[in-house]
Amino acid sequence: MPRYRRHSISFAALLGLGLIAACGGPYPQSTLAPTSDFGVAVDRLFTGIFWWACGVFVVVEGLLLFSILRFRRREGASAPAQHHGHTTLEIAWTLAPALILVFIAVPTVRTIFATAGTAAPGALRVEVIGHQWWWEYRYPDLGLVTANEMHVPVGRPVVVDITSTDVIHAWWTPKLGGKRDAIPGHHNKIAFRADSIGEYMGQCVEYCGASHANMRLRTFVDSDSGFQAWVAAQRVAPAAPAAGSPEASGKQMFQKYGCIGCHTVAGVSTGLVGPNLTHVGTRTTIAGASMMNTEQHLHDWVGNPPGMKPGSMMPNMHVSAADLPALIAYLQSLK
Amino acid sequence: MSEATGLKSWLTTTDHKRIGKLYFWTAFVFFLLGGFEALLIRAQLAKPDNTLISADTYNQLFTMHGTTMVFMALMPLAAAFFNYIVPLQIGARDVAFPRLNAFSYWVFLLGALFMNASWLLPHHPAPDGGWFGYATLTERQFNPGPNIDFWLLGLQILGIASLAAGFNFIVTILNLRAPGMKMMRLPVFSWMTLVTSFLMITAFPVITVALVFLMFDRVFGTHFYLPQAGGDPVLWQHLFWLFGHPEVYILILPAMGVVSEVLPTFSRKPLFGYTVVVYSGVLIGFMGWGVWSHHMFSVGLGPIADSVFALTTMLIAIPTGVKIFNWLATLWGGQIRLTTAMCFALGFIALFTIGGLSGVTHAAPPADLQQTDTYYVVAHFHYVLFGGTMMGLFAGMYYWWPKMTGRLLSERLGLVHFWLMFIGMNLTFFPMHFIGLLGMPRRIYTYSHDLGVDSMNLLSSIGAGLLGLGMIVFVFNMWRTRRHGAVAGPNPWDGATLEWSIPSPPPVHNFDVIPTVTSRLPLWDAPPKPVPPPGHIHVPAGSWWPMVAAAGLPVMALAPLTHTVWIVFVGAAILLYGIYRWAYEPFEV
Repeated sequence: MPRYRRHSISFAALLGLGLIAACGGPYPQSTLAPTSDFGVAVDRLFTGIFWWACGVFVVVEGLLLFSILRFRRREGASAPAQHHGHTTLEIAWTLAPALILVFIAVPTVRTIFATAGTAAPGALRVEVIGHQWWWEYRYPDLGLVTANEMHVPVGRPVVVDITSTDVIHAWWTPKLGGKRDAIPGHHNKIAFRADSIGEYMGQCVEYCGASHANMRLRTFVDSDSGFQAWVAAQRVAPAAPAAGSPEASGKQMFQKYGCIGCHTVAGVSTGLVGPNLTHVGTRTTIAGASMMNTEQHLHDWVGNPPGMKPGSMMPNMHVSAADLPALIAYLQSLK
Repeated sequence: MSEATGLKSWLTTTDHKRIGKLYFWTAFVFFLLGGFEALLIRAQLAKPDNTLISADTYNQLFTMHGTTMVFMALMPLAAAFFNYIVPLQIGARDVAFPRLNAFSYWVFLLGALFMNASWLLPHHPAPDGGWFGYATLTERQFNPGPNIDFWLLGLQILGIASLAAGFNFIVTILNLRAPGMKMMRLPVFSWMTLVTSFLMITAFPVITVALVFLMFDRVFGTHFYLPQAGGDPVLWQHLFWLFGHPEVYILILPAMGVVSEVLPTFSRKPLFGYTVVVYSGVLIGFMGWGVWSHHMFSVGLGPIADSVFALTTMLIAIPTGVKIFNWLATLWGGQIRLTTAMCFALGFIALFTIGGLSGVTHAAPPADLQQTDTYYVVAHFHYVLFGGTMMGLFAGMYYWWPKMTGRLLSERLGLVHFWLMFIGMNLTFFPMHFIGLLGMPRRIYTYSHDLGVDSMNLLSSIGAGLLGLGMIVFVFNMWRTRRHGAVAGPNPWDGATLEWSIPSPPPVHNFDVIPTVTSRLPLWDAPPKPVPPPGHIHVPAGSWWPMVAAAGLPVMALAPLTHTVWIVFVGAAILLYGIYRWAYEPFEV
């Protein structure tokens, strides 16, 4: 990605950013490393404005420093010339910023219309629904429902339709471009075409209550075949666990502890309050993408949700220590 | 003419100078409180996945940090100077409505105490919806406790104080100018006070309406902001920012006024382009009304609305830039004295410029989509409100301290204070530009190590520590000055405006003889002639009734807070009784 390299070099060069180097990378949520057409358009606009701002910065701070150093009071000097103003100068420094703003405004308005979320023909549609504190994803053309982790194919236009069921959230995968608010009663659109395969981090970026900080997300840009495989797997209900296995007893716990009231598992339950868990075993994260999907994390999370995610809508169901391993085995088997 | 000094004389005072001091000390305490809240925030963010502060408490801290700084620290600190300095600058004996002035102060104090009382209740239900209080998060359904009630009722009370003060200063500046003090001879600080006052009386009704809707939603079950019943949470955003953006100018214009006084004095040159600077300030005041949706670029208002608000926002950069160039031209060819006040004023120019420029980068909506609600925006507005407003207000404190107390603050400690602030400020907020561009959202109580922003956050927290240290130096300087400060005399800085023509601190009646003004810089152009000794000068006696009337408001607010109807009648009775006695108070005592 030569764009990215060029951009970060300019930043570091200008601002003496040994700092960033010292802090190490990578920066999975950097806005300076766009990997979609939307992100690149935004970045190009920002870079242009940034350099204009740098120019003005150097002029203003330079004049300021020069004046401070040059025009100091000397003992015994008589009062300086009492200038009250200068019309030509006033006109000049009114027109100069106005002119710079023209150079900023024209690309700005162009980019606004170019990034207005208009779906390209044949775009993959994804509905994003914000909940306190997790993301629901629906693929209306593919008949899929999942949570917190979105999959899209590389190189194909995608349009996400963003809304919310409770409070205002904002959906953001920085490397794929800007954010849009998820507002109950409104639908916002982001259109983009992802340029490179990979796993991209993001998170809710509109303050939405106690666990706003834990409302994170992942976007997977898959190869075309990888995406088709993912879709095919999502469409098949997970296999029923073998009789007598820990998974089978875990499935009973799933009913016993009332999980079915809030969660859907295809063929098992139809709850709609919490995330759809039909294929939770295939996800890399749990709990609003705030933790990796490991046995230990599942143990901590299911054992005490509000302890892991303050304010969590999932109450502590007081799953007994004896029942917990089976329940977790069942969740992990949902692939 | 001796002055009473007892407690009663302060509680009943209607003297603009005493009310100015009351404003100053109250606002200064809230500034320290808001700063303490900020230090706790930075302590929590010093490392990733920190567990020092719980999510709920953190959300309360950033909500109250913002609310406190805007409504209880920065605005009233500016109001302290409006009160103390404006009547002196325009050659008046007091403000137009001295008792209304006292009422403003008591309402401010009680409103601020009302909101902060929430910290002291069991489980400290302090406001936790952000200073911007976005619906639907602030609706009863999502926030059932009293937290948001404290916030919205407290803000309503504070708004009344701002409205009363705004009207008072408009009438004062328009009607009580000394003979010859034409509008175009008015010192720029008084001009900016006038513009700010107009913004206050026009902006606060907007948030009042927004808060009334929210209160109705929460208390009476209406649905102004609830989409299930046809309401719209975006309505709140429009109303809030329609108030909120003029509010930004309410915060910055007084500081610009201070800087426009300090730079000429310490350059020994008149302000360059006085008329242009004044008209730019007025223009900024007007244009501030046409840019509110730039706080809402991610809301999805459509490309046309986004384009219009992008352009109006960029346009506002022009009068702002013009002011900066005129300040630079004021320095040019002058004889600069680097006093502490001057250092803070120069710091204002240096830092406000950075805030203005980063502001232009998010005036472009697509770029803003990457920046809004990240630490980049936190960096931006702290360069404007700390680098700008606070630097300007510190300049005002050092500049006018000798006028207000008769003694000079220590310059040596002052410079230590300045450099701690200047370095600490940049260390705290400059890294936030990168923290934001690298993807860290605002208002999160915890962040992942994976983001790669650990050391920058630690650096920022260290900077905050330096700011705290700077404030300790400043408090020590103020305390020390009480006994050890050099006696100032009437005009320690060789200032040119009328406040420097009278003793420090000024007598109760300010001017023995109301001066006749013949120039914009009276003390430089026409040094004052000796005045004949004054005869008896009438100064109004104090009054209890502004405070009594003010006390009715928080009592009324207890009714919706506790869902107890009869309390509202008690509060209303206190308010009306106070106003009645106030109205019929004998004129002369």
